[in-house]
Amino acid sequence: MIKIAGLSRTFQGKSGTVEALRGIDLDVGNGEFLAVIGRSGCGKSTLLRIIAGLIRPSQGEVLVGGEPVGRPRRDVAMVFQRPALLPWRSVRNNVLLPVEIFRWQRSQHREHAERLLEMTGLSGFADRLPHELSGGMQQRVSLCRALIQRPKVLLMDEPFSALDALTREELAVELQRIHMELGTTVVFVTHSIQEAVLLADRVAVLSARPGRLRRLVGIDIPRPRSFGHNAHLEDVAAASAELHQLLLSDHMPEPSAAP
Amino acid sequence: MTDKTTDAGLRRLWVNAGLPALGALLALALWWLVTIVFSIDPFWLPAPPDVVDAFQRLSGHLAEQTGVTLIETIVGFAIGAIGGAAVAVLFAASRTIERMTMPLIAAVNAVPKAALAPLLIVWIGLNTQAKIVMVVLLCFFPVLVSTMAGLTSVPNDLRELAHSLSSSWWQTFLKVRLTWALPQVFVGLKVASSLAIIGAVIGELTNPDRGLGSVVVSSSQSADTPLAFAALTLLAIMGAGLFYLVAALERILVPWARAISS
Ligand SMILES: Nc1ncnc2c1ncn2[C@@H]1O[C@H](COP(=O)(O)OP(=O)(O)OP(=O)(O)O)[C@@H](O)[C@H]1O
Ligand SMILES: [Mg+2]
Repeated sequence: MIKIAGLSRTFQGKSGTVEALRGIDLDVGNGEFLAVIGRSGCGKSTLLRIIAGLIRPSQGEVLVGGEPVGRPRRDVAMVFQRPALLPWRSVRNNVLLPVEIFRWQRSQHREHAERLLEMTGLSGFADRLPHELSGGMQQRVSLCRALIQRPKVLLMDEPFSALDALTREELAVELQRIHMELGTTVVFVTHSIQEAVLLADRVAVLSARPGRLRRLVGIDIPRPRSFGHNAHLEDVAAASAELHQLLLSDHMPEPSAAP
Repeated sequence: MTDKTTDAGLRRLWVNAGLPALGALLALALWWLVTIVFSIDPFWLPAPPDVVDAFQRLSGHLAEQTGVTLIETIVGFAIGAIGGAAVAVLFAASRTIERMTMPLIAAVNAVPKAALAPLLIVWIGLNTQAKIVMVVLLCFFPVLVSTMAGLTSVPNDLRELAHSLSSSWWQTFLKVRLTWALPQVFVGLKVASSLAIIGAVIGELTNPDRGLGSVVVSSSQSADTPLAFAALTLLAIMGAGLFYLVAALERILVPWARAISS
């Protein structure tokens, strides 16, 4: 579904050039859930924004569904760290914002919006304004807004990191359910190893700046997965430990990773 | 449950209306007391009954002049506010136009408007239009500046959202920026609402043919200080009224603004 080849990106800042990403090669399969982890500033958001068509790569290429990405596409939706809701629009109208901007028929998508709100447990809040909702609920609204596009690819940039621990876990489990139901391809940037292990088919570990693909770790634990006690605690522990190791040893020079 | 809500309702009424009224009454009482204790001549400082008497003597005249000033104020305020907001939108659309004209507008705005009043009479004449233009001059700039600030204050995450939806300039403008700017626009409108009255009075002092400003001028010529106080009272009420009207409009149009700013 997503094909990334030889992707590099440098930024021209005031204090010189910053090399954010270097030589990323990565394929994401149809319906796959890929988590991306790495230290702060290693270029995770940059990678996501390039896939979204918000910024262009300096080198290399990204294909989504076989087509090169040059600008934002309607079948690729983004969920940001903050909900980014319009404070004067009701929950329902926030969800329908993409429909309006794409000049689709509102009436044809109303029902879809209601279904998404129901799926995320927000049916009773459709007519509320965002500030009347908790942070977790606001982030659910922004997820619904992304899903109303019926995206083939869902890009999520630390979507739960502004929430408290319990709400994060709740939302992560919910996201797993939604992914299993819809089969959307997801690229999910996170700082949380726990979230990555719960959600991902594979985890891409990026090295510190410049961001390179350090390792792809497959998580072969059957779904639905859960936090807390379950039948696969050992696998979870093993995967978590491996990811931990990779992140912690990151500052060490890695001759084999140089291009 | 209902008891509690009516209780809360009464409390709010007391805080919103009761307390301000009490404050005003206390100030009136203090004023009256001062005039009595120091037995001040009404020529210097009239007591409340003198002012009430002036109201009664000339109620028809005062009502008529209030109407004149009110119309100048509201027409000038409306033109200045709409003009300021419209120019701000134009600037938001074109940086070239902004760069070309904004310094000029800022420079013109820096000229003390009262000094322009005699010139306005030369250019426009001894008429109501000259006074309205003075009101417009005072109201235009604050609304322009606050609207520009509002239109450029859209947070990054909303910009990025619009970008990721490939929203056109117009769509982003209509669906995001314009509404986002409203709370700031109202800041400018409130400032302008007070300046509007000042503008009308400056115009009327320069050409004292009609309006409450001219009442003040003629009352000082005939040494009728209570009448001047009556006119000032009416101006103050008018100014406060306009301010609270704008504030009420803000509450109706942008109820979400308070929620997100706290
Ligand atoms: N627009 C930009 N201009 C200049 N430098 C930038 C820009 N965007 C990102 N960078 C730099 O590129 C590097 C990678 O940034 P990016 O935001 O992708 O990191 P990240 O992995 O998402 O970090 P975090 O985990 O803190 O969100 C950083 O060093 C950042 O300073
Ligand atoms: Mg980031």
